[in-house]
Amino acid sequence: MLKKIEEKILSGKRLTERDAIKLFETEDIFSLGRLASHVAEKKNGNKAYFIRNRHINPTNICVNRCRFCAFSRSAGQEGAFELTIEEIVNKLRPLAGAGRPISEVHIVGGLHPDWPFEYYVEIISTIKKHFPKLHIKAFTAVEVDYMAGISGLGLEETLTSLKSNGLDSMPGGGAEIFAPAVRNRLCPEKISGTRWLEVMSAAHRAGIKTNATMLYGHIEKYVDRVDHLSRLRKLQDRTGGFQAFIPLAYHPKNTKIKGRYTSGIDDLKTIAISRLFLDNFDHIKAYWIMLGEKISQLALKFGADDIDGTIIEEKITHSAGAMTGEQLSADQLMYLIKRAGKIPVERDSFYRKVR
Amino acid sequence: MKKAERNRISKRRALTMLKNADLLELGVEAEGIRKALHPEGIVTFIVDRNINYTNVCINKCRFCAFWRDKDAPDAYLLDEKTLFEKIEETIELGGTQILIQGGLHPSLDINYYVKLLSSIKKRFDINVHGFSPPEICYIADSADLTIRETLVILREAGLDSVPGGGAEILSDRVREILSPKKIKSSRWLTVMENAHRIGMRTTATMMFGSIESPEDIIEHLDSIRALQDRTGGFTAFIPWSFQPGNTELSRGLSQYTSVTAVDYLRVLALSRIYLDNFDNIQASWVTQGLKLAQVSLRFGANDFGSTMIEENVVASTGVSYRVSKEDIINAIRSSGFRPAQRDTYYNLIKRF
Repeated sequence: MLKKIEEKILSGKRLTERDAIKLFETEDIFSLGRLASHVAEKKNGNKAYFIRNRHINPTNICVNRCRFCAFSRSAGQEGAFELTIEEIVNKLRPLAGAGRPISEVHIVGGLHPDWPFEYYVEIISTIKKHFPKLHIKAFTAVEVDYMAGISGLGLEETLTSLKSNGLDSMPGGGAEIFAPAVRNRLCPEKISGTRWLEVMSAAHRAGIKTNATMLYGHIEKYVDRVDHLSRLRKLQDRTGGFQAFIPLAYHPKNTKIKGRYTSGIDDLKTIAISRLFLDNFDHIKAYWIMLGEKISQLALKFGADDIDGTIIEEKITHSAGAMTGEQLSADQLMYLIKRAGKIPVERDSFYRKVR
Repeated sequence: MKKAERNRISKRRALTMLKNADLLELGVEAEGIRKALHPEGIVTFIVDRNINYTNVCINKCRFCAFWRDKDAPDAYLLDEKTLFEKIEETIELGGTQILIQGGLHPSLDINYYVKLLSSIKKRFDINVHGFSPPEICYIADSADLTIRETLVILREAGLDSVPGGGAEILSDRVREILSPKKIKSSRWLTVMENAHRIGMRTTATMMFGSIESPEDIIEHLDSIRALQDRTGGFTAFIPWSFQPGNTELSRGLSQYTSVTAVDYLRVLALSRIYLDNFDNIQASWVTQGLKLAQVSLRFGANDFGSTMIEENVVASTGVSYRVSKEDIINAIRSSGFRPAQRDTYYNLIKRF
């Protein structure tokens, strides 16, 4: 059954959505791993990337109530927090200064009901002022859309303003699953899949590189995953602005939809099929916070070429029962990569080699 | 037997595979063997509890975080009441076995063990899987009995089967460094052979990822394969990886490096390929986590081990994956296999 798909892959032909569904349905993870490795090797050689980075979540107060999210709170609710800009700078100070600096800060948070657009801008500009060399990867498409609304500036101008104040690139969060039937059950208040893609398209036009994600393993079916991947591939054909695709394994603890953890086998299949289907993405990332360092390492044998970074502090997945720690050292990341038979490359935010 | 001998993989070839074969190729081969042995796609588990009657141990192995001196503030010896409560709870949870193991306590003698076993058997209908070879040897030596005599006495008192712990790496070069006071390889094998000869079933284990070489791993696998050829008494092989937390070994070795997922799966798959006379290979979720245990089912494993209502030894290294029976059933099912509860001898008790 897979013979034809295999021939397509080996001759560099694009897979159809039907092909991708067949790949999800196969039990033959070994062929998936072999073929995805073949493609990964053509794109990135024997390299696997990591980055020295830190995550910061400015607030967990959010006007949306996504059913899969265990991180968000209402204002005043127990456990709600909002960081001052000084607190954010203080979190970065020991890492972003002299010595062995992190090269990137990753900032995502809730849609705060009271913060004005200027506050988000100030977060960025203050960080930039203190740490001019630090790459700021901040705000998902969902947050940017929200800022465009509260500022009344519209999408283009919002993005331009963020960029001119220090935004260097955007993460790929908030994509979840695009298919409306699933999305309406998961996160009815969140922007639609179409809007998410519009925001990303505008960001790419404004010269802002972004990532893309997919949250899988909750209530979606294979056909929804493939639809999601297909829409990303189409947009990437038009803009070329996506850097990495990051499949995110759903975590059930403390969420409204509950359900189960994904299986390690499904995680590896999803990585491999993403690599095979998204022929116009340079990088597939195995996000170790969600997959665990063990499955992330194995993912390097199933088509991934990036295992994210040092992270330092992680709140979103840990609210939903992540079984990982919150940080790994660069040495640990390099060790995992080497034991998978790959060459570790410390990268910057644009996949340029740092060391 | 002759056919198997012709086809079986040699030590030399196994060593080459362990060192050089691609992970996915090992997986394909191991899965082929697993499928041939267990074509029905059932993955088994046992409901049991690890009861560690004491943490006092004179061996003080350098890879172990569990042992204590006799007068240490947190040294313990379980009393009968606590022990019985633990067993009652196990039975209430549908358990069919207790795994009872502990340190080599300097004040316990064979009478303690005989009394312990008979008091359990008098009260409970449960399989007692107990006392790894180092304990059996310690009991035998302190009573001045042969290993066979000791095993016969313990069996009469109620011991049903013997766990494969204490094997670590069956290479005396490695044991000399890891656990100089622990019994040597030949004695571990002698205990197992004697147990098999008197009709007891046992498991075999291997703890890898400390200071051994690939050659040592092959030596280990070869020793137990050869014994299994002679007796057929092993029910399963259980490889697990050294957990460095809180151990002397992790402090003492500057070159220490831990076993990654890729390393674990390589050894697991090679075990399935090499041990052609073993029916069952266990995945170790206790040391690897549920997700990697799931992937292990595609790299040769067909058993998920125990639900571990209680586990102390691995937990003392700071590694603690706690899961319920439901979690295990779901984990097996979502990996594409049919979960079934088994007894000590791999008879199916209940399908889910």
